[in-house]
Amino acid sequence: MAHTDINAEKGTSLWEDAWRRLKKNRLALFGLGVLGLFVASALLTPWIAPYAYDAQNLDLGATPPSAQHWLGTDIFGRDLLTQIMYGGRISLAVGFVATAVALVIGVTWGAVAGYVGGRVDAVMMRIVDILYALPFMIFIVLLMVVFGRNLLLLFLAIGAVEWLTMARIMRGQVQALRKQEFVEAAISLGLSPMTIIRRHLVPNALGPIIVYTTLTIPSVMLLEAFLSFLGLGIQPPKTSWGLLISYGAETMEEYPWLLIFPGLALTTTLFALNFLGDGLRDALDVRRSAD
Amino acid sequence: MNLLEVQDLQVDFNTRNGHTIAVNKISFTVKKGEITAIIGESGSGKSVACYSLLGLLPQPPASIESGTALFDGRDLLTLSESELRQIRGRDIAMIFQDPMTCLNPYMTIGDQLIEPLVFHKKVSKADALARAKELLVEVGIRDPDATINNFPHEFSGGMRQRVMIAMALINEPKLLIADEPTTALDVTIQAQILKLVADLQKKRDIGVIFISHDLAVVADIADHIIVMEKGLVVEQGDSTGIFTEAKHPYTQKLLAAIPSDTKVSALHDPKPLVQVENLKTYFNTGSTVVKAVDDVSFEINRGEIVGLVGESGSGKSTIGRSILRLLPITSGQIRLDGQDLTTLDSGTLKRTRRRMQMIFQDPYASLNPRMSVYDTLAEPLLLHNIESRRTVEQAVLKLMDDVGLARAFIRKYPHEFSGGQRQRIAIGRALATKPEFIVADEPVSALDVTIQAQILDLMLDLGKQYGLTMLFVSHDLAVVRHIADRIIVLYHGKIVETGTSESLFNAPQEAYTKSLLASIPGRNRLAS
Amino acid sequence: MWRFVIGRLLQAIPVIFIVITATFFLVRAAPGGPFDAEKAVIPEVKAALERQYRLDLPIHEQYFAYLADLSQGDLGPSFKYPGRTINELIESGLPATAELGAYALLIAVIIGSLAGIAAALRPNTLQDYIPMSMAMIGICMPTFLLGPILVLIFGIHLDWLPVSGWGDIPGDKLMPSITLGAAYAAYVARLSRAGMLEVLSQDYIRTARAKGLPEWQVVLKHGLRGGMLPVVAFLGPAFAGLLAGSFVVETIFQIPGLGRFYVQAAFNRDYTMILGTTVFLSTLIVLFNLLSDIVAAWLNPRLRAQLSE
Repeated sequence: MAHTDINAEKGTSLWEDAWRRLKKNRLALFGLGVLGLFVASALLTPWIAPYAYDAQNLDLGATPPSAQHWLGTDIFGRDLLTQIMYGGRISLAVGFVATAVALVIGVTWGAVAGYVGGRVDAVMMRIVDILYALPFMIFIVLLMVVFGRNLLLLFLAIGAVEWLTMARIMRGQVQALRKQEFVEAAISLGLSPMTIIRRHLVPNALGPIIVYTTLTIPSVMLLEAFLSFLGLGIQPPKTSWGLLISYGAETMEEYPWLLIFPGLALTTTLFALNFLGDGLRDALDVRRSAD
Repeated sequence: MNLLEVQDLQVDFNTRNGHTIAVNKISFTVKKGEITAIIGESGSGKSVACYSLLGLLPQPPASIESGTALFDGRDLLTLSESELRQIRGRDIAMIFQDPMTCLNPYMTIGDQLIEPLVFHKKVSKADALARAKELLVEVGIRDPDATINNFPHEFSGGMRQRVMIAMALINEPKLLIADEPTTALDVTIQAQILKLVADLQKKRDIGVIFISHDLAVVADIADHIIVMEKGLVVEQGDSTGIFTEAKHPYTQKLLAAIPSDTKVSALHDPKPLVQVENLKTYFNTGSTVVKAVDDVSFEINRGEIVGLVGESGSGKSTIGRSILRLLPITSGQIRLDGQDLTTLDSGTLKRTRRRMQMIFQDPYASLNPRMSVYDTLAEPLLLHNIESRRTVEQAVLKLMDDVGLARAFIRKYPHEFSGGQRQRIAIGRALATKPEFIVADEPVSALDVTIQAQILDLMLDLGKQYGLTMLFVSHDLAVVRHIADRIIVLYHGKIVETGTSESLFNAPQEAYTKSLLASIPGRNRLAS
Repeated sequence: MWRFVIGRLLQAIPVIFIVITATFFLVRAAPGGPFDAEKAVIPEVKAALERQYRLDLPIHEQYFAYLADLSQGDLGPSFKYPGRTINELIESGLPATAELGAYALLIAVIIGSLAGIAAALRPNTLQDYIPMSMAMIGICMPTFLLGPILVLIFGIHLDWLPVSGWGDIPGDKLMPSITLGAAYAAYVARLSRAGMLEVLSQDYIRTARAKGLPEWQVVLKHGLRGGMLPVVAFLGPAFAGLLAGSFVVETIFQIPGLGRFYVQAAFNRDYTMILGTTVFLSTLIVLFNLLSDIVAAWLNPRLRAQLSE
């Protein structure tokens, strides 16, 4: 809109305020940068990986880092850097996709329960409570054993666990917001429920959701790595960081680099995500923006 | 004799927002046996000054830059933390504003009461409990044996504040600092607590510092008044002097802001615009039914301002929200201009909403923090097709003019404004659709006293300009008397009494009305 | 209060029931039977085995028979180890896992709480940064990475501690317990720091200080009850996580516990073992969650009163 004739002063929205605060947090920026780097590398892997994925060199066997193989090779002579890059594609994909699944289901479920309230809310949250009480770790192990290690199933299974907390958070947010007077004002203006949800509730509920999403991705990645380590997650010929770590653990006495580098990749990514998540939580803390 | 002598006290704050001087070289004295009130609005530094005396300010971000505070021959500001701890709770005690959050919810009243005694005077637990019970009786709690073992959440606000007072006095301190102790309480309870503090002060002959934002509250009990504005003491003197011949313009402004007149209704030919008949709104909370509004009937005439007065739990807010169809009602009829609002279909209801709007109490919570002034004011105009996308900006600017907001602020967000400015935005939003009827739910209760007066005047002016009919909900009788033509008094969901402002104030009929009127703070001191 | 407890117990029952049923049918639904992997079995012997283990019955009859056995505490025979019952196997594996879990939980709660409380007392100083950085490492380094690395450093290179076994060589319980407890110590540290910071900014803490109480009393007497609530609430999920973590730790350190049995059973399609262990562990988790909820509710007087109405 052109407010050209009145010399309108620039306003600072809460998002801009939060971004400004985030930029001051060096750890969070570091996390964002590292994450960006890893994601870019994962997307571009087929083009930038130094060796072909399955290029074996059995005569070479496992060698420590060298000029030709920056991170060394595994017992089949495969370049470790390449392995880590391809493994990263899978690990990051599982992290983001499963979290996205959880996000969509959880946010919708929580928003509906929170907004409608009453019996609908009671029933929906009772379902969440019961599902929450089930020991999921055990079930996922079971599912993976029983139905084979299907990547899609893995996404769904992990997503199915994480959506519960997301739903609880969203419901809590929506319930709290619904009592706020600006929502009552919106109702008294005559706005439709859809518009109220879209324009008034969702933007104000996003803060904790964003934070929680950023912190869910690492816990999903940990879950995938855990399953792969036990032999219940990703299977060869695909690879993931969890799988690489489990191989590395087997031969760690003779070839420690096979354990250390994949471990470093996973841990660094988790650090990055956690720093970013913490930084977002501090930046988006609405209490600080009030006078 | 001087109990406390403060000279040139300066306290600075260093936060992420910059460096501010909260208390700017102030000097004052507190005499033994007197109640000294420190009055100021938000940002005046009144609380900061007193907290710094006891070292209760977190330093950083605060820092005491200069000054002396002589108490009992020692300078409090130079004492070490362990020396200060000897004084806190023993020689100088404090009570705070919100007794719910100021008492530990996880400990019994008894455990908290005896702490200062056990710690400072090394009294045994049994003796301390006995002493605590004596004090509970002294502050007006009739059944101390039961109270001792209960938790804070089991009591009302007034009782909790009595407990806080008992806890502060248990070690017989020489000086009591009370930081807004009645601000969070209902008006009748406030009157009781004020009387209690005054009585205890006389009985024990101690010095009291009473911090408040409201001159009226301290009018009847303060001996000496100190007025602060933006970190400076602008005036101080004995109460009579302050109230009869205040010298500083700020003090005069504070005095002028206390509504003390009664509106004389000039309404002729009253025609009802809003009719409420046998309204009942009950809430089901698990096992009990709360009768928030219990068979209430009244009318509001065109052009009238009706004041709806009551304490917490009276149902006044529920009535306002019921009329505006923000709450489902249990039974009864609500008519706007003859049309029954309870039976409308959603399409007609949406159109009808244009004619009735609400102004809420908390100016921060009533604005969407993610929408700019433009967004907030344009929303109703665009929704009801009053303006098109091309013409709406001019309409928004005109609204801003009407409510006294500078046009240059149009792109700013709520958190960039003060409380008074935010309330102006909220008023602008309510007026956007040119409604006929407005419900104002405690619209000035959350604002500073001087800003209250401005907003009330604004509402009266706009009321005339737009030809508004208003239902003004409030717990503050002085405000209601000043602005309303007629008043309805509510108690526990039922109407107790109604009448014009004049008749209600000069000749109240019901006992509850009389006790409400008797509780208006400062009525003895301030001429009506 | 008792009504709350009973109510929660009753709620827990359908959960356990769902667990049993879901596990039962899931396991049966898996392709491949328990005896397919063994060397080729003569059809008659296979049929006899199937009769013995009730695999020839229609599935719903198997289900009800299983429920009947369960109600008497009988988890059934093992497929993999003929002649031994699941109960026996669980009993043999339980002590090691229980001990490991207990040590890990103690490490997590004690070290985590101390670190978190210390950090909350002096925020944004070294006393805060150091424990919280270590906590971050604990969260970001998974158990199955930390274990091997500890083994590499302390077991192989420095040769200070034994790398496997449980109770055989002195000191062999140290690394597994630390490995398992580290991640949870990290979570507890962060939770207790956040909880304490939240509580210490409350008005009633200011009241306590205004009474002249020394800081240690303010923190311990007034701050702990509220500040540690998030930790108490976390104990339920922590227990479940510790059990899952024990799978990994027992595998790495060759500990003869339930976790390792479970993983092996999963691989070997040992139906009754999977079923029995799942039922057993799940019931434990549900009960522990219940306990944690009850304790958390009891610690909050307002909730306690509400629940007694």
